Amino acid sequence: MCLAIPAKIVEFSSEEKTRALVEVAGVRRHIDTGLLADESLRTGDWVLVHVGFAMSKISEEQALDQIRTLTMLGEQEAVLEEVTGYGLEDSRAAPDP
Amino acid sequence: MKFVDEFREPAVISKTAEEIRRLADPDRHYRFMEVCGGHTHAIYRFGLKDLLPENIELVHGPGCPVCVLPMGRIDDGLSMAQDSNTIFTAFGDMMRVPGRHGSPLQHKARGRDIRIVYSPSDALKLAQKNPDRHVMFFAIGFETTAPSTAITLMRAKAAGIGNFSVFCNHVTIIPAIRAILDSPDMRIDAFIGPGHVSTVIGCRPYEWIARNEHKPIVVSGFEPLDILQSIVMILRQLNAGEAKVENQYKRVVPWEGNSAALKAMAETFDLRHYFEWRGMGFISQSALRIRDAYAEWDAEHRFAVPGIRVTDPKAAQCGEVLKGVLKPVQCKLFGKECTPENPVGALMVSSEGSCAAYYNYEHRKREAFTQLSVAV
Repeated sequence: MCLAIPAKIVEFSSEEKTRALVEVAGVRRHIDTGLLADESLRTGDWVLVHVGFAMSKISEEQALDQIRTLTMLGEQEAVLEEVTGYGLEDSRAAPDP
Repeated sequence: MKFVDEFREPAVISKTAEEIRRLADPDRHYRFMEVCGGHTHAIYRFGLKDLLPENIELVHGPGCPVCVLPMGRIDDGLSMAQDSNTIFTAFGDMMRVPGRHGSPLQHKARGRDIRIVYSPSDALKLAQKNPDRHVMFFAIGFETTAPSTAITLMRAKAAGIGNFSVFCNHVTIIPAIRAILDSPDMRIDAFIGPGHVSTVIGCRPYEWIARNEHKPIVVSGFEPLDILQSIVMILRQLNAGEAKVENQYKRVVPWEGNSAALKAMAETFDLRHYFEWRGMGFISQSALRIRDAYAEWDAEHRFAVPGIRVTDPKAAQCGEVLKGVLKPVQCKLFGKECTPENPVGALMVSSEGSCAAYYNYEHRKREAFTQLSVAV
């Protein structure tokens, strides 16, 4: 529930200014950056993502630490499932029990 | 026993564990509550108890949103969305949580249109893609998750998407901590404060705990070293006779929180007069409701709320475990009638619930050890 996923911003959407394409463990998905409106985010920045929204801007070093923590917690699968599930245009990739 | 060299920076972990032993008064028994379910999960997963002296007890707090939601609210949500034209959406965590007539997943198996979404914005997108149907999002979570629901409501209103609603079950952490401190059977010396909730609310909302209750609270990260360092910070405060709010998770948590998130929450939500917490009863001003300006997107405004109340089975002692009065294993049903495969109480449903965490990491380990001993 409180999963916070480190993701790297790849590009911003030209149509919606708060929409950004991010990469997590090789998977690319769109997230919403509206909650970091005050942070002047740029391409290449790392953010912590929770339920499809960027929650905090973090450093690359912190992002790598967080990835290690999630791996140690055995959460890699949950992270990938969640990230793959973002965005309904790709819903074929999301498990739908 | 957990081997320290399994961790990153094992030397620092060992040094921190030694520091804890040095700081802890051997004649005193300490009870520290980790408020957040994410911490509970990490503590069991990493076996951190094994690194602490016997006289430091970690008590698991109420910070697992799935666990504290009364069963009746699941039944309410399912009942409100029972029209065949309505699509019921929720996070994956909610799908296995039992209601009186089964979990959302079981309702789906009976033919209801129930879908997992990973983000509230995807529920809104589903509504846009299905203009002839209604999409209801079952919103749950503490202040970590509530801002995402808030932004989604604002987007729905701005875009005039009329076939979307939110059944709001968001709760707030501070009144739950207050209820725990007010509970007569509770003795807590200090708190390990929630990490991700605090990215939103910041550290100021905890100041009353230090000032009025004279208890230290240290907002903590989720790595083993974070949690151990937070315990060092707590012990230093206790030894100096101090009680303050400290931030161990500075790399992620700003002292003032996230102003954009707080603004979105203030725009869309206000406080309910009271809300029921599973195992803890009614707590005043402990949950969020959708403001009247957003009533069109409030499922409780659009549909009749049955107000179903389901009491937990008498034998289940979820409340006592939730408040830290009993350890999971001391509940009569633990590991017998109530297991992660067949949860009776909500603390067994979510991996962040203390019973499931205890069962998955401690109980299974012990069972395996017993079987091994028998085999030998």
